[in-house]
Amino acid sequence: MPSSAMPAARVRARRTARATTRRTAACAASAALLLAGLTACGEGAQAGDDGGPVKVGLITKTDTNPFFVKMKEGAKKSAEKHDVELSTAAGKFDGDNEGQVTAVENMVAAGVDGIMITPNDSEAIVPALEQARDKGVLVLALDSPTEPKTATDALYATDNHKAGELIGEYAKARMKGKKAKIAMLDLAPGVAVGTLRHDGFLKGYGIKDSDPSVVCSQHTQGDRSKGQTAMENCLQKAPDINVVYTINEPVALGAYKALKSKGRAEDTLIVSVDGGCTGVEAVKSGKIAATSQQYPLVMAEQGVEAVVQHVEKDTDLKGYYDTGVNLITDDAVQGQAAKDSTFGLDRCWG
Amino acid sequence: MSTTTAPAPSKPPSQAAQDPPAWKRFVHTPTAGPVLALLVASTFFSFQSDQFLSGGNLALVIQQIMVVGTLALGQTLIILTAGIDLSCGAIMAFGSIVMAKLAAEGVLPPLVAIAAGIGVCALLGAANGALVTFVKLPPFIVTLGMLNIAFALTHIYSDEQTVTQLPGELTVLGDTFPMGSTDISYGSVLTIVLFLVFAYVLGQTAWGKHVYALGNSPEVARLTGIRTARLRMTIFTVAGVIYGIAALLLVARTGVGDPKAGQTDNLDSITAVVLGGTSLFGGRGLVLGTLLGALIVGVFRNGLQLMGVGSIYQMLITGVLVIAAVAFDQISRRKQRS
Amino acid sequence: MNPKPAPSPVLRARGLVKRYGHVTALDGADFDLYPGEVLAVIGDNGAGKSSLIKALTGALQPDEGEMWLDGARVAFRSPLDARGHGIETVYQDLAVAASLDIASNMFLGRELRRPGVLGSVFRKLDTKRMRTESAAHMSELKIGLRSLTQSVETLSGGQRQGVAVARAVAWSRHVVVMDEPTAALGVKESAQVLDMIRRVRERGLPVVLISHNMPHVFEIADRIHVQRLGRRVAQILPRDHSMAEVVSIMTGALEVSSEPGSGTVVTDTNAARAAGLTPRPTD
Repeated sequence: MPSSAMPAARVRARRTARATTRRTAACAASAALLLAGLTACGEGAQAGDDGGPVKVGLITKTDTNPFFVKMKEGAKKSAEKHDVELSTAAGKFDGDNEGQVTAVENMVAAGVDGIMITPNDSEAIVPALEQARDKGVLVLALDSPTEPKTATDALYATDNHKAGELIGEYAKARMKGKKAKIAMLDLAPGVAVGTLRHDGFLKGYGIKDSDPSVVCSQHTQGDRSKGQTAMENCLQKAPDINVVYTINEPVALGAYKALKSKGRAEDTLIVSVDGGCTGVEAVKSGKIAATSQQYPLVMAEQGVEAVVQHVEKDTDLKGYYDTGVNLITDDAVQGQAAKDSTFGLDRCWG
Repeated sequence: MSTTTAPAPSKPPSQAAQDPPAWKRFVHTPTAGPVLALLVASTFFSFQSDQFLSGGNLALVIQQIMVVGTLALGQTLIILTAGIDLSCGAIMAFGSIVMAKLAAEGVLPPLVAIAAGIGVCALLGAANGALVTFVKLPPFIVTLGMLNIAFALTHIYSDEQTVTQLPGELTVLGDTFPMGSTDISYGSVLTIVLFLVFAYVLGQTAWGKHVYALGNSPEVARLTGIRTARLRMTIFTVAGVIYGIAALLLVARTGVGDPKAGQTDNLDSITAVVLGGTSLFGGRGLVLGTLLGALIVGVFRNGLQLMGVGSIYQMLITGVLVIAAVAFDQISRRKQRS
Repeated sequence: MNPKPAPSPVLRARGLVKRYGHVTALDGADFDLYPGEVLAVIGDNGAGKSSLIKALTGALQPDEGEMWLDGARVAFRSPLDARGHGIETVYQDLAVAASLDIASNMFLGRELRRPGVLGSVFRKLDTKRMRTESAAHMSELKIGLRSLTQSVETLSGGQRQGVAVARAVAWSRHVVVMDEPTAALGVKESAQVLDMIRRVRERGLPVVLISHNMPHVFEIADRIHVQRLGRRVAQILPRDHSMAEVVSIMTGALEVSSEPGSGTVVTDTNAARAAGLTPRPTD
């Protein structure tokens, strides 16, 4: 509309325009609210000796896996015992690095003395952990190491390599020299736990990745239904599979279901790692031949104690603390130490 | 208006004089709810935790929401057209892996690698736009497909490996500068600047008005002479570019190229948009509301962590907030109408 | 051919045809609009009214036929194209963008930018001037509004229609087309819209009014174009015919002879009776 049409009316519109400016300003102000607060407020909290109770943060991979539920339980128990203020957080999904970074930052801001973490990404978490340590926070890795290992003050874990080795040796002994066709149901690429268990198994069995007896390798994300799918696919590829390595017991049970529907459950040897209650039950009922039991409760307990000791007595922490692993089976082989399922059920988690 | 029409009446219009005061009109904007929620939450947390109102902590919250907040900015543009983008997180992850890998392996100079990463995001955004605009597929389906495509591309291209040893150009936005006694990251500043730019573009330019008109009714927009096909294409492509910037922020924030990143960011960005008062039916909402929405999520996550409340409860509360926000919006609009 | 050999038509169409597959929406339709008149276009559902209007306003492109605007051949490729030629349309239910304010709606697609760098580089809108000019237009059509900053979705149906009409009138150089402007309105609001149409006519702009509402048509129209089976079957003056007759023409019960002055011909006696007419014997 040509502007010449109404020059006279233009003048009086100023009021309207001013009102708009005001509204825009209100919006901008609310957005700038937090920024403004930054300079107005004081220093950020620093970790360290502030006289209060020792504060410990526990960051697990997810909130939902029973392994981490048990780990949290152990941490809580230990925290109550030592009068420690415990806060917990977790990634939103297995592999969620950013969620863990955010949790680390928030815990540092909350002034924790120590952080215990099961890293979702062993490499990607490192910068955040380094920042935390720069601020004087003790950082402990639980269950799985960071890459490099020196990014944390200490690792509290089971020896995942050894856990793999145990079931590898066991499987080898059970096969009694028979020709093995092995399926490897792994975790996910680039995750240390998975790689360590995988390599341990092969070492225990005395073979390499390239060995022709390894007929199938699949990633399962540690998920039961994905384990079942993976096993089904493996059986399509090699129907005569007789040894199945699984990254954890949910995957083992998924694989068992796939084998059972093919009528192959009886003559196939499934081995696994974890030692959760469902898993040990499955050992007892014969679905799983053997599993390497780990002790997440112990990891967390020891981790909390380590932070307390560090704060109170300034003890030094270094390297690796093994929280132990036991081979659980009701069908032990000669020459290999093993515990039965009753022992396992007493100490199981989940 | 033709030259033959009567000249404008000499009497000035009196309508403006009867406009309600600014604060009253603000209460009726969709941004009022989020502002109130943020103020209440902040007040609550400042009583619960001494650290909450510290400068460092507030800077931290902004730093933590910059990735999802930036994604949510792109998401806002698409939701304003009554669309939805499920692929934003996956597109961002792909862009971040592209720029990280190209730069870390020295294939391209760092700045060119960044541009390539953003370009890839723009391309995938444009692909979304083309499918929605020209093949006339629903945005939900198109971006659901693109979510899977971008996710797969990310994992194929990265070979499932986290990319480390990045050149400084890629992580500089994660660096901080002191402001008073507080360290503020460059990325936070970029995010806020980006929001201000788009608040201006949507509020003060013809393009912005057209985006709203398209969201109100594509048919009205078309009949008013707006080139709706071109506009929709542009919106999806611009959203892609914004996801590319989010990719750079992501790389800067974590210091690595992480193929597993961003898997829930699509829903998180929608959460921020909804909490910010933007209607999922299109045509109503403000980008500054989205920034507030992202801040609300960040403030709750941070504040609850400071209180020592577990992360699963943070999700619980976020869920309650989303439903409350939509309910608040619906009820206030119904009231306003009657 | 024309009922009055008055001035030449502003907008004229001959033999418009539009087919959708097997359906023929327009079957050789003609159209004439003269300066300064309010022309009502009526017809039963499926008579091709809306196709005719869409063809005249560029929203659809006819398969055959020709159109003239002020005597010059035209063919509109889009609504934008028709608007470029000074034909403005108020679409039924599709008139305004609900969440935008009045000024933004008035200028939608034709926004004014600030002078200088702010406008050319930063593309900043001149909100103030758009508001001022919108206010002037609204008051010119005597559309009273509390506030120009409120979104149009907060307005009543009549006020919303007012915004749409004001926009069309403000931008129109030749023709204003209104598609069922009173369909969704109450009695009082309809009366306001009819008043607006009178004011538009007073300004010298011809108005094409598509309506189902016979009382409204008879109240405001100078001439009536009856559309039936895809073509124009009659052009009549409201004062020459009763409402019932016009309805009968619309439904095909009566036919108006194309011979000038030959009057109305009954083709379906029963239908005419049903419509409340006493058929006169034909000459």
